[in-house]
Amino acid sequence: MELLRFATAGSVDDGKSTLIGRLLHDSKSIFEDQLEAVERSSQQRGHDYVNLALLTDGLRAEREQGITIDVAYRYFATPQRKFIIADTPGHVQYTRNMVTGASTADLAIVLVDARKGLLEQSRRHAYIATLLGIPHLVVAINKMDLVEWDEVVFKDIASHFEGFAAGLHPHEVTFIPLSALEGDNVVDRSTNMAWYDGPTLLEHLETVEVASSFNHDKGRFPVQYVIRPLTAEHHDYRGYAGTVAGGVFRPGDEVVVLPSGRRSTVAGIDTLDGEVPEAFAPMSVTVRLADEIDISRGDMLVRADDPEPRVTQELDAMLCWFSEQPMHVGTKYAIKHTTRSAKAVVRELQHRVDIDSLQPETRASELDINDIGRVSIKVSAPLMVDPYSVNRLTGSFILIDEATNATVAAGMVL
Amino acid sequence: MTLTLDPPRYELSDLDALEAEAIFIMREVAAELERPVLLFSGGKDSIVLLRLAEKAFRPGRFPFPIMHIDTGHNFSEAVEFRDRRVAELGERLIVGYVQDDIDAGRSREETGPRASRNRLQTTTLLRMIDEHGFDAAFGGARRDEEKARAKERVLSFRDDFGQWDPKNQRPELWSLYNGRIRKGEHIRAFPISNWTEMDVWQYIQREELEVPSIYFAHHRKVFRRDGMLLGVGPVTEPKDGEEVFEELVRYRTVGDMSCTGAVVSSAATIDEIITEVAATRITERGATRADDKFSEAAMEDRKREGYF
Repeated sequence: MELLRFATAGSVDDGKSTLIGRLLHDSKSIFEDQLEAVERSSQQRGHDYVNLALLTDGLRAEREQGITIDVAYRYFATPQRKFIIADTPGHVQYTRNMVTGASTADLAIVLVDARKGLLEQSRRHAYIATLLGIPHLVVAINKMDLVEWDEVVFKDIASHFEGFAAGLHPHEVTFIPLSALEGDNVVDRSTNMAWYDGPTLLEHLETVEVASSFNHDKGRFPVQYVIRPLTAEHHDYRGYAGTVAGGVFRPGDEVVVLPSGRRSTVAGIDTLDGEVPEAFAPMSVTVRLADEIDISRGDMLVRADDPEPRVTQELDAMLCWFSEQPMHVGTKYAIKHTTRSAKAVVRELQHRVDIDSLQPETRASELDINDIGRVSIKVSAPLMVDPYSVNRLTGSFILIDEATNATVAAGMVL
Repeated sequence: MTLTLDPPRYELSDLDALEAEAIFIMREVAAELERPVLLFSGGKDSIVLLRLAEKAFRPGRFPFPIMHIDTGHNFSEAVEFRDRRVAELGERLIVGYVQDDIDAGRSREETGPRASRNRLQTTTLLRMIDEHGFDAAFGGARRDEEKARAKERVLSFRDDFGQWDPKNQRPELWSLYNGRIRKGEHIRAFPISNWTEMDVWQYIQREELEVPSIYFAHHRKVFRRDGMLLGVGPVTEPKDGEEVFEELVRYRTVGDMSCTGAVVSSAATIDEIITEVAATRITERGATRADDKFSEAAMEDRKREGYF
C-alpha cells in the first residue's frame, strides 16, 4: 500500500482542526471512545455541536485557548492508501511548526476562509509549501456554507490565488470548495454545490500521484554509522550503514567517497534479511566496499557514473528563521547537513522575502523569528550538497545555536 | 519487434518505508549520543523495536543495553518472555525496580481501588537514567496511541528533571534530528512514532515475531470495573459487588496489571488479531488503560513529569 504524507496549513480560525476532525470522522477513522470523549468535552465547554477540533487539539493549552500550538501527527487509512497528516498551527508565531510539518510532506492543504479570502498567513503558507518543494498544493476554500455556497466567491479566491501563485511556481495546485463544519466535499460530495465537478478532498488525497518526492537519478549515500563487529564470526566485516539519499546503488557499482575522492566498488548491500540486488531512496541498508578505505560518519558515497554533488564550504541558501534571537550576520552556528556536522557562519544576508509581495527586501540587516531570507554561508568543513530543488535530502540543512542547542533555522541550498 | 520497458518504479511499501525511517532514527541516535538505552517491556511495540535494532546494527552488537522498568506488577508471561528474548539476542538487560524506590521512600504506593504503579515508573526510570548516565532512551511510543503523544517529536528533548515541555519543542525538519544536549539532560527517541497499532501487528506478522501469550485469546477470571475487564490477580482483587466470571479474553496492550484491561476476543493467531484490529471501533488505550481516563490531559501531565 502507498503512504501519503500531507500537511495542513492556514490562518487561525480557518478551520484546520475541524477539517481534520471531519476528514477522520467521515472516513470512519474515529473510534467510538474518541468520539465519546469529544462529545463529552464539547458538552462541558457548552458547545451546541460536537466540536471535532477537540479531537486533534491534544495539549491542555490548546484546549484552553481553542487554537493549535504545535504540529501534531495523525494517522488514518482507507482501502486505497495510508495517510500521515501533519496538523500544523496557523499562528504567525508558530510558523516554524508549519515548516516542520511541511518538510516531510508530499502534499500541502492550505485552508482559506471563503469569507475572508487570501490572508497573509495563507500566502505565507503557500509560499513555504512551494519553497519546501512540496509537489502538490491543495487550496481548500472552507466555510462555503457561510457564503451561501456561492460559486463566484470560490472562483474569485481561486483566480486571486493563481495570480499570487504565478510568482511561486508550484508544481500543481488543486482548488476544492468545502465546508469542514458541515462535511461538504470533504469525504462526501456536496449537494449544495452542484456547480463543482472536481474531486472531494479525500478523493483527491486517494488518487494524487505521489511517486515524486525522492530523487532516483543521482546516487547519494551519506554514511551514517560504521558497523564493525570485530567478533570471531564477523572479524573482518566492515559495513557502512545509512539511508540512500538519492539514486540507485547496486553491487558492482563504482563509487567515489567524498570528500576524500577515493574510489572503490560496491561489494555488497546488506540487510538483516540478506543481501539485496539494489538500494534506492529512502532504503536503510549497509554497504560493503571492495577496498579498505578510511570512511567515517559524515562522508558520502556517490555513484561514479552520476554527476557529483558540489563539495563546498560556501553555500547560498534560503533560510527560515525560527528563533526569538534574530539572525545576525557574523554569528557562528552549528550546521547539520545529511549526517555531517560542522560549524557555520552567515556571511551575508542577501535579502529578506516580503511575504506579501514575494519581493526581496535587500536592505534587511537581520532575520527575525519566522522570517525567510537568502543568505551566504561559510562552513568549517566541506559539505557535499545538491540544490534543494534537485534533492530534498542532500539540499537541506539545519542551524543549531551552540549555546542553547536550539534548532534555529531550516536551510535550503540554492 | 519493439520492446517496451516500463520505467522502473522505485517505491517502498508503507511497512518498508516505516521500517527504513525507524532504522535511520536508531542509527542516528546511536551515532550522535554517547550512552543510549533501549526501553523494553515485553510488549508488542518494544518487541518491534528490538527487531528494528537488529536491522540497524547486525551483524554488530547493539550499541546500547536493554532496560526494563519493572513495576513488580507485570504479567508473569511478559517478564518470562522479556528474559528469554533478551537472552536469544545475546544482549545486555538492565532492570530498574519500582519496589526499590518504594522501599527507599522515593516513591509512595498509591492507595484505593484505582491504585496503580504505572505513574511510579517515572521515578524509577529517571533514577536509572541518572545512575547509568544514559543520555538517550529509545521507547516504543506511537503517536496514534494518544492525543498528547501525537504532539511529541521523534527525538524528544527532556531537561535535567526529565521533563517534557510541549510548548517548547525543537522543530524537527526533514530527517535532520538535533540530538544535542547538555550534561544531565537527555533525549527520548521514538523510532516508531509514525506507526499505528495495525502497522505494528502487520510487521509482527511479516517478521514472524514472537509475542507474549497474553496477546492471544485465553480463558481468564475477570471482573468489570470502570467499564474495563480486569483479570483477577494479586494486585487486582474484586471489591464487594464486583462479580467474578470466566471469559475468553486477550490483551491489546501489555502494561501494569493494575491498570491494564482485557478485551473479549477469540483471536488466537496473529492473522485473527489483525482481522480484529481492523474491525474494532475502540482505540487501544481507550479499551484497556485506566490510567488515561483520569482526566482529559492525563498523558500530557504524566509526560511533563518525565513519564515515557
